[in-house]
Amino acid sequence: MKIALSLAALVALALAPFGVSDYGLGLLIGAVTYVTLASGWAVFSGHTRYVSLATVAFYGTGAYTVAVLNEAMPYWLVLIVAGLIGAAIALVVGLSTLRLAGVYFVIFTFGLSELVRQLITWYEVNVTGTLGRYIFLDVSAREIYWQMLALGAATIALTAWIQRHRLGLALRVIGDDEVVAAHSGIPLARTKLTAFVLSATILTLAGAIASPRWVYVEPSIVFNPTVSFLTVIMALLGGANRLWGPVLGAVPLFLAFEWLSARFPDTYPIFLGLLFILVVFALPDGILAGLERLKTRKTEDRA
Amino acid sequence: MLVTTLILGLVLGGTYALLALGLTLQYGISRIMNLAYGEFTLVSAFALVALFKGAGVPPLLAIVLIAPLGYAVGWILYAVMMRPLVARAGDAGRLDVASILATFGLMFLIQGGLLVTFGADFTSITYLDQGVNVLGVPVALNRLIAFAICVVAGGGLVLALGRTRWGLALRAVAQTPGSAPLVGIDVNRVARQGFALGTALAAIAGASIAMHQTFSATDGVVFTMKALVIVIMGGVGNVAGTLIAGLALGLVETFVATAIDPGLTLAATFAIFLVVLLWRPQGLFGRR
Amino acid sequence: MTNFSRRAALRAIALWTAASTLIGGPALAEGDKVRIGYAVARTGANATGAGITTIPNYELWVKTVNAAGGLKMPDGSQRMIEVVEYDNRSSNEDLVRSIERLASQDKVDLILPPWGTGPNLAVAPLFDRFGYPQLAVTAVTDKAPDFVKRWKRSFWLLGGGHDYAEGLVDVLKAARDAGTINNKIAAVSVADGFGIDLISGARPAFKQAGFDLVYDKSYPLGTSDFSAILSEAKASGADSFVAFSYPPGSFGMTKTAQSMGFNPKVFYLSVGGAFPIYPGIADGKAEGVMAIGGVNADSPAMQEYFARHTKEIGNPPDSWASAITYASLQMLEQAVARVGLDHEALANELSTGSFDTVIGTVKLEDNQLRDLWWVGQWQGGAFRAIDPADKPGASAPIIPKPAW
Repeated sequence: MKIALSLAALVALALAPFGVSDYGLGLLIGAVTYVTLASGWAVFSGHTRYVSLATVAFYGTGAYTVAVLNEAMPYWLVLIVAGLIGAAIALVVGLSTLRLAGVYFVIFTFGLSELVRQLITWYEVNVTGTLGRYIFLDVSAREIYWQMLALGAATIALTAWIQRHRLGLALRVIGDDEVVAAHSGIPLARTKLTAFVLSATILTLAGAIASPRWVYVEPSIVFNPTVSFLTVIMALLGGANRLWGPVLGAVPLFLAFEWLSARFPDTYPIFLGLLFILVVFALPDGILAGLERLKTRKTEDRA
Repeated sequence: MLVTTLILGLVLGGTYALLALGLTLQYGISRIMNLAYGEFTLVSAFALVALFKGAGVPPLLAIVLIAPLGYAVGWILYAVMMRPLVARAGDAGRLDVASILATFGLMFLIQGGLLVTFGADFTSITYLDQGVNVLGVPVALNRLIAFAICVVAGGGLVLALGRTRWGLALRAVAQTPGSAPLVGIDVNRVARQGFALGTALAAIAGASIAMHQTFSATDGVVFTMKALVIVIMGGVGNVAGTLIAGLALGLVETFVATAIDPGLTLAATFAIFLVVLLWRPQGLFGRR
Repeated sequence: MTNFSRRAALRAIALWTAASTLIGGPALAEGDKVRIGYAVARTGANATGAGITTIPNYELWVKTVNAAGGLKMPDGSQRMIEVVEYDNRSSNEDLVRSIERLASQDKVDLILPPWGTGPNLAVAPLFDRFGYPQLAVTAVTDKAPDFVKRWKRSFWLLGGGHDYAEGLVDVLKAARDAGTINNKIAAVSVADGFGIDLISGARPAFKQAGFDLVYDKSYPLGTSDFSAILSEAKASGADSFVAFSYPPGSFGMTKTAQSMGFNPKVFYLSVGGAFPIYPGIADGKAEGVMAIGGVNADSPAMQEYFARHTKEIGNPPDSWASAITYASLQMLEQAVARVGLDHEALANELSTGSFDTVIGTVKLEDNQLRDLWWVGQWQGGAFRAIDPADKPGASAPIIPKPAW
């Protein structure tokens, strides 16, 4: 039943571009992109509670790969290469960060994004002598939307599968208590690494798919730390350890951003900040948990 | 040349260390991961400029006025906004998440307020920026003052934490918040004091930045991140460690800029930071 | 109805209203107004630049036009301007969506471009697809001739990095040949598209003019301390210090140079050097500082524009891209008066017509404005254009610069 419902929604979403304006399509792309980022982020961070701020390191790497390679090889090959590069970086980073936990991991991943950005900048300035690359790809907004939708749907399907699989259980135990997990024979390193690489590959692909909309790419544009923060906040807002949590966080927050910035171009950060603080106090464990609490209260009312 | 690098690096490091002192208290003692920290320093920087340009208050006097205000604001913020988060969080991981989210909102709020009030333009004042000869190296007087403030504030803090009963309570809460109440320490009060003191230090740092640097309402994130890097390197809640890490960072940046390539200063900062984290995750001077 | 569900219903209504205004956009305006939209950065990294150069001029222009009764149409009637504005939050993704919104949802009559080279390139395909003319001012690019071919209705008004670099070399070469400065140059550049464009244009030009580039380094965006860089430049023995910098760097280097007593005979900055706040940042000692851009400070039209900007906005405009931004809006205004709001006719008129603006008479060549000032200098409290030296209105450079 649930699967049938999800599939029907997916089909409806896939047909949506035929019924909306260009701006409607832009909204759909934005919403689906953030859903993909938040869900992809949650593949690793949702259960393990390792808050990663490296989202933009991968997202930006994906976009940058397209910018560098878009004239050298066909588009589908560029996407594959981008995914592979993302996975490779994640493997190296994952191997070296396994011993970090808590806030140290948070800050490390943030530093990683900045380091990648600085190194690419330095390389471009000193070796290639140009900074700023062009993406003149003939990919329409609809195609971007469908690709992103496919990636988002695949991510959610993957999450659903992981949750039922041994990997999901292992990740949950790690999130609850790593010592317990180690004692019960869960291979800590391999489990964390697998999830991290999967998550990073999704994030890299998302960047690669989104990039043709930007035309001009330079490190300060693609490695924008706001993307990392927004992803974390959207996932946490919805409930990062649930299948539909990131979706429920990403869509309303994205729309709130859009609505506020159009209505109050001068003062919208103030409203956004207030909204944020309000949400933290009103929905401490995310929207999904809040909804469930309402539901239980309702049934109690009836009883 | 080596002397030049050393002196310029130390002076720069002093401004970095001063920037990070408040954050290490807020995170180390109050357990609040404050993403709006840079905005706190900016508010104070704008306040100093407004006092100086609007009312003609000399900046050094303005700092003395702003610091207690910062303490009061921090006290109220903790009581109204942070305390409920701490109360409901339970464990440290949940508190991290809650405080990151809440202070992220606070960051937008303050930045929006600053943009509306002061606009997007760059702001700066000219105050005591003549060069002073330090061992043959010309250094701007206002930077030297910032360095001196750093030494006084940092040194005073180290002494107060190490030598007084009050400091003992603060350290106890920083190290074992769970068992501090067992020996009769009011954790809530100490955490509030830590947060307020951290805000006061952020205000001092912001005011001294306003004396020697051009800034704009959107610079907060940069300050937060610099401070965060130093706090983590020095060991969370470790004031002496923060001072040393800040100075070290200033030295490294200056050394890289003169001896290797100015293009790599920020890359070097983050590379060292990552290496430190991998080698000693608790920070250079943190205890396990 | 229980208390709870009533609350839920109320909340649902509020949400629904919010959602429908979101989807529907603002109510359509009555037909006698011209709707002009823009999505410039109000927040984020680009907010500072946009807040100095772009937004004030858009606001000033709309105010001026509406105060005079509105935009003139070819039939002699006048229509008031109504502005639709969004914040692009310094993110290209949000920017692209905002332009789609302006074009396909709000269906505005005209769209004004965003601030910055990257943002202008990101929206160029959209302007092209929806057919709007794009008067890109704050975009410095050497590739403008290519872009004009790719996007027929795009106009590039601020020149390219090579132009500015070569203009600077002209000034330095004249001074060296007169024996005023030595043969050595120390150059620094900010590591982003703009700084790298300029330094890579400057290197061959310096070399060709026989200069010796004794110090040549780039520094990352976000650098706040310039003591190390400037002490190296000072030690290099160069008479000319050249910085291809952004405002924070331009200001930081000025303050550092003053405090360390670094007094090169030529002190050149890029963005920020022509800002009205610069003399204040230089503690009133800006005399002789050179920077990118410049205006003909003696022209009455320019003086009138400065006075009006100061009165309406509260501070004077910058002396580089501000006046050109305003001129681009005047071009638009005059083109509309001649051919109306049809995009094709408008683009054609912009491309071929000649216009009377605050920067003088403007006629585009191959959709680009080439008649620009490359180098300016602070002289007697005003930022005056000094290169091209043969262009009417140019002032003579003051070299060496007086000590700080």
